[in-house]
Amino acid sequence: MKKIEVIQNILEANETIASRNQQLLDKHKVFTINIMSSPGAGKTSLILQTLARLKGRLNVAVIEGDVASTVDAEKVQSEAKAVVQINTRNMPESCSLMAAMIESALKDIPLDNIDLLLIENIGNLICPSEFTLGEHKRVVISSLPEGDDKPTKYPLIYIDADAVIINKMDLLPHVDFDIAAFRHSVEGLNPEAEVFQLSCKTSEGIERWCSWVLEQVETNATKR
Amino acid sequence: MHEFGITENIMNIALAKAGEAQANKVIRINLVIGEMSGFVPDCIQFYFDSLSKDTIAQGAALHFESVPAQLRCRNCATIFSPEDTLWACPKCRGQSVEISKGRELYIESMEVE
Repeated sequence: MKKIEVIQNILEANETIASRNQQLLDKHKVFTINIMSSPGAGKTSLILQTLARLKGRLNVAVIEGDVASTVDAEKVQSEAKAVVQINTRNMPESCSLMAAMIESALKDIPLDNIDLLLIENIGNLICPSEFTLGEHKRVVISSLPEGDDKPTKYPLIYIDADAVIINKMDLLPHVDFDIAAFRHSVEGLNPEAEVFQLSCKTSEGIERWCSWVLEQVETNATKR
Repeated sequence: MHEFGITENIMNIALAKAGEAQANKVIRINLVIGEMSGFVPDCIQFYFDSLSKDTIAQGAALHFESVPAQLRCRNCATIFSPEDTLWACPKCRGQSVEISKGRELYIESMEVE
């Protein structure tokens, strides 16, 4: 019997493809945001709001990840420059998008004509935190009806986020959500994260979010 | 929740390393899994038994070394173990913390013949 030292990251296969994706995106100057949240927190609504605001300023493509259906892709179809729907139902893993799925979706996007790619991940606060896709920024959405304890229950996804969005602010009078406590938990886990309070329903706060996105795209463009 | 893909990766790495070592059989794979990584050993074992059929890794024992979560307080640098979901520093009660251990996920070594 012989012992072999290995010391190899089990997620390396995903990470290798993710960095290949990022190289391709950088080559075509496509800034990419991975949007994560639990189901129903407002990923599609945020994408629709962002598309509406950035129309005429940036060419935006969207990758929609869902276990099944093309409902979300149909919703964003008319506003985005390109949309690719990924259904994970028949894939070995259905709980998160993975770098290989993005690699193949990128083949269907005219990257030369795109400035910004929004990736809507599968609704889940656990698995997507383990798989990088090649994105430049990671965004997590929490919505008021979910409760203010999500950063405490699912810390990893908040630790790795570049921005955290509190959505459905219009429901504040109707739910017990302690904004200060939520922000305090996020700050404890991740002092660098930018926090946005907004409502995709009333558009309150969307302007500030879109300015941040524009700023990120511009900063990234000048770096290259 | 996504142990299938992880197990496929473990299989691929193990078979590649065994091939490099010109081994005929994989006896044991030693894995290091952080408590916070969210992977369930029983689930990995289940998929492994099925995926390894008719390969030189069939019947290999998977050994899981679990690394307990360890946090570091950003205020006073105290290293501590979190109690359940409460991530407050036992010394200064600060809640600004970073994970120093517990997110590991790698193959440490293998035994082959």
